[in-house]
Amino acid sequence: MTFPSRSTVPRASSRPSWADVAVAAAVLVGMYLLLRVGEEATVSFDPAHVTKVDTSPAELPYYAARSLLRMFAALAVSVTFAVGCAYAAAHSRRLERVLIPALDILQSVPVLGFLTVAVAGFVSLFPGSTPALECASIFAIFTSQAWNMAFGFYHSLITLPRELDEVSRSFRFTRWMRFWKVELPAGAIGLVWNGMMSFGGGWFFLVASEAISVSGHKHALPGVGSFAGTAIADGDLGKVGWAVVTMAVMVVGVNFFFWRPLTAWTERFKNEQSGAADVQRSLVLDVVRRSSWPALLGRLLRPIAELLGRAGRVLGVDDRPLTARRRRGRAVDLVLGVVAGGLLAWGLADLLGYLRHRTGLGVLGEPFLLGLATLARVLVLVAVAMLVWVPVGVRIGFSPRLARIAQPVVQVLASFPANFLFPLATWLFLRTGVSLNVGGMLLMALGAQWYILFNTIAGASAIPTDLREAMDDLGVRGPQRWRRLIIPGVFPYCVTGAITASGGAWNASIVSETVTFGGTTLSADGLGAYISRATAEGDHPRLIAGVAVMAVYVVGLNRLLWRRLHRLARTRYSL
Amino acid sequence: MASDAGPAPAHHRPRPRPADGEVLLAAHGLSKSYAGADGELPVLAGIDLEVRAGEIVALLGRSGSGKSTLLRCLAGLIPAGSGTVTYRGRTLDGANPGTAMVFQTFALLPWLTVQQNVELGLEARGVPARARAAAALQAIDLIGLDGFKSAYPKELSGGMRQRVGFARALVVEPDVLMMDEPFSALDVLTAENLRGELMELWTSGQFPTRAFLLVTHDIEEAVLMADRIVVLGSRPGSLKAAFDVPMAHPRDRGAPGFGALVDAVYRVMTGREKAAAPALPGRPGHEAGGPARRTVATTPLPRAGVDGLSGLAGILARHGDRCDLADLAEDLGLATDDLLPLVDALDLLGFAVVHDGDLLLTPMGRGFAEADVQEAKKIFALAVLDTAPLVRLILTSLQRGDGRLRAGFFRDLLAHHYTGEEVVRQLETATDWGRYAELYSYDAGPEQYALDEGSAG
Repeated sequence: MTFPSRSTVPRASSRPSWADVAVAAAVLVGMYLLLRVGEEATVSFDPAHVTKVDTSPAELPYYAARSLLRMFAALAVSVTFAVGCAYAAAHSRRLERVLIPALDILQSVPVLGFLTVAVAGFVSLFPGSTPALECASIFAIFTSQAWNMAFGFYHSLITLPRELDEVSRSFRFTRWMRFWKVELPAGAIGLVWNGMMSFGGGWFFLVASEAISVSGHKHALPGVGSFAGTAIADGDLGKVGWAVVTMAVMVVGVNFFFWRPLTAWTERFKNEQSGAADVQRSLVLDVVRRSSWPALLGRLLRPIAELLGRAGRVLGVDDRPLTARRRRGRAVDLVLGVVAGGLLAWGLADLLGYLRHRTGLGVLGEPFLLGLATLARVLVLVAVAMLVWVPVGVRIGFSPRLARIAQPVVQVLASFPANFLFPLATWLFLRTGVSLNVGGMLLMALGAQWYILFNTIAGASAIPTDLREAMDDLGVRGPQRWRRLIIPGVFPYCVTGAITASGGAWNASIVSETVTFGGTTLSADGLGAYISRATAEGDHPRLIAGVAVMAVYVVGLNRLLWRRLHRLARTRYSL
Repeated sequence: MASDAGPAPAHHRPRPRPADGEVLLAAHGLSKSYAGADGELPVLAGIDLEVRAGEIVALLGRSGSGKSTLLRCLAGLIPAGSGTVTYRGRTLDGANPGTAMVFQTFALLPWLTVQQNVELGLEARGVPARARAAAALQAIDLIGLDGFKSAYPKELSGGMRQRVGFARALVVEPDVLMMDEPFSALDVLTAENLRGELMELWTSGQFPTRAFLLVTHDIEEAVLMADRIVVLGSRPGSLKAAFDVPMAHPRDRGAPGFGALVDAVYRVMTGREKAAAPALPGRPGHEAGGPARRTVATTPLPRAGVDGLSGLAGILARHGDRCDLADLAEDLGLATDDLLPLVDALDLLGFAVVHDGDLLLTPMGRGFAEADVQEAKKIFALAVLDTAPLVRLILTSLQRGDGRLRAGFFRDLLAHHYTGEEVVRQLETATDWGRYAELYSYDAGPEQYALDEGSAG
């Protein structure tokens, strides 16, 4: 199975349309409104200056449980949102036109910058209370997962095999049946794999969002992230070590007890008519299957499913009228368009007025320049990571035995929140005197590089053995072998890996261009540092400018580079 | 079991039911087109068709004749462009309540067991769980799937899967069972067996459905099963001919009438538009035109690779330059759909002609078949330039320009006459033929045609 990437796999169509531009503007205005709503409460994330956490290692199990709870709450919200949003987009032409470009933009917005904006909103909803902070943290994780999952599920809905659609309509399924028996199962595998990857990425945001300071008051939610934050502020490497171990146990444990069994279980939803040779296995699932629980659960759930099916009849039958009612649709489209356009224009005008009033429109210039520095870092990082990890990945991928061992390990490494390791790296930089302008790249790479390795392994193991044997037979080896077989073979996978790594690196730049360890702060020149500084100072105009500019960079890079490479990979180098 | 086999016009089943003859499904003046580059490209034109209770109707046509589209219009899955589709006199607006479909690819939900798959249609109607299970088990039993009810589709062989498809459709007791090439994904023996069992059930009157509508491209299958065969012509699909099949079931391929009927249908299907197809409005009748007046629009290239057509020419040469088409298909184990494009290609190139259901190799064709590779390429190049307008168009366009042209240019030209998929197919064939003839080369990276170095400048 290929490895579904965590973020920003480009969509098929690449022509920017007016709708895309309008939706991008709408996202910007939405962020701005959120920010204005929470203007009174200055909120900033500052894991380094948290005071209220008890850092005795005995508290760690409790903190771990709280962190886990947060992660799963966010996952539940993300799944619900993803399914609902994708369903709406796939079944309503009108919503589709708005939601899909919006998701595309949202997954390019640097979540960490977006976070403060969102928390400000939550805090103004429930001022000064812990639920607000909990909501904010869950929301932070949610924003890192939801768009991608929604995209994935939407894609599986619109690529539903034609004959399944026809079965549903020709047997006059109810809408509920279509969703429950056809669409959800057909998209289940993608949803679970996407969920697993997004969950892995979510740890990063968990760590980043547990320590928040609001209006100058520092708050910390009990959790592993805030524990580590406090330890970092104290410069206590031993306690940081404890936190790292706890985090590793959590990542591996969740993988073993939750995701592995789940992915193995969803094999049943594979829409293929023959048994596959290579199936996901899970020890936990095997044990559960051998027990009597599944049968019991089945007996319990069947009446409920039956009841749901009956209740679902009120949603009507999956049928499309053959005669189109177009005129009314057009009129509604027009009215909606005018209303939305009006609101958008008003929002944009207000935003511009706000920026001019607060800082002047020149505020956009600085982040654009700083963005170039971060862009260079991202590109160098991806290039170097490719040079390092592609040969390693190919070596591993060519050996089935090595691949079997390495795949889960790399997957865990990719999930492990890299920002957890920052203090160690920072300590190292302080010792060796390496500038963060260079070291920042290393920090960004800590999390991002694994996607390249993982995908290369998958690509190398997908190169058919007979091709390799043919090359052996012809005596093709050395550089020629790389040029003729290996590079073309792993190219599509490397592109997927590079896209994911680049997305991750942009996000990571916000926390890795400014790092603190025990009272010393290192800073690099870059857009990430700009955003985190604006966040820390509660400087909203700069914040919104920085986030918007970074989104422009991410979208631009996607359109100009990654999408083209992706298309080339698909048309030219797919095996 | 069978009683009469006389030449009566329609439905011949041993045990007529009371309501036999009632019109269940009807299409009047049904036309359907898909969007093309400039306006609509017709897929179906002016179809009148009735399906009556008690009969098996086979829709026979080549790929691209719109037979599957017609079936889906009748099932209410896609709207008709103009004209009406009625079920028991009522015009359809949505999925047809009186039909159930059996799919070529089975279309089973792989995450449900056989029994759950079969129950789907009843569940959709809100039948309570217990009644549903009882009915499903009965259908499973009838169709010979006992013992498989708790299996998942992926554990079953193709034949067994299609049985599930039949059981799923039968359990809702549709008036008309719609079958979209139900046997074409199965191997020959399995298909034969399943067909036989199905016909046995139908003739014994155990079938809970009142009519069959079968879409197929296999002439023998149509003659084996149907009471009435309706042949659809291509581009756009229109009724080309209809045959009544007055033979009793089970039918014997060796029976004298059988072979004759297969031959007759073959003649109609190979008679390349000459037989009936009326000229389309706004487009000149083209069949009178010789090679000189052939244009890209009037002469679509058949979907035949050079390997296939030279292989067929070789076989003809070894058979003494003449072969009965039906026999040839059977000898080669090919369905009509696989063979006819090759026949068309030979015919178009002037390498062979179809006469009375026989394929005859022309002297040029014989030369092509017997030449060595380089010589054969030369013969092919001459023939293809003379007869295939699209190949000629590509070559002359390249010669007029600087020797390079993007495929998009030709795609745009073709889009005026063909649907998107067909444009791709036309260009694929033209690319294959032109490359083989060494007239031009094609680089798939930049999607660009270029004059071949040694080509006739």
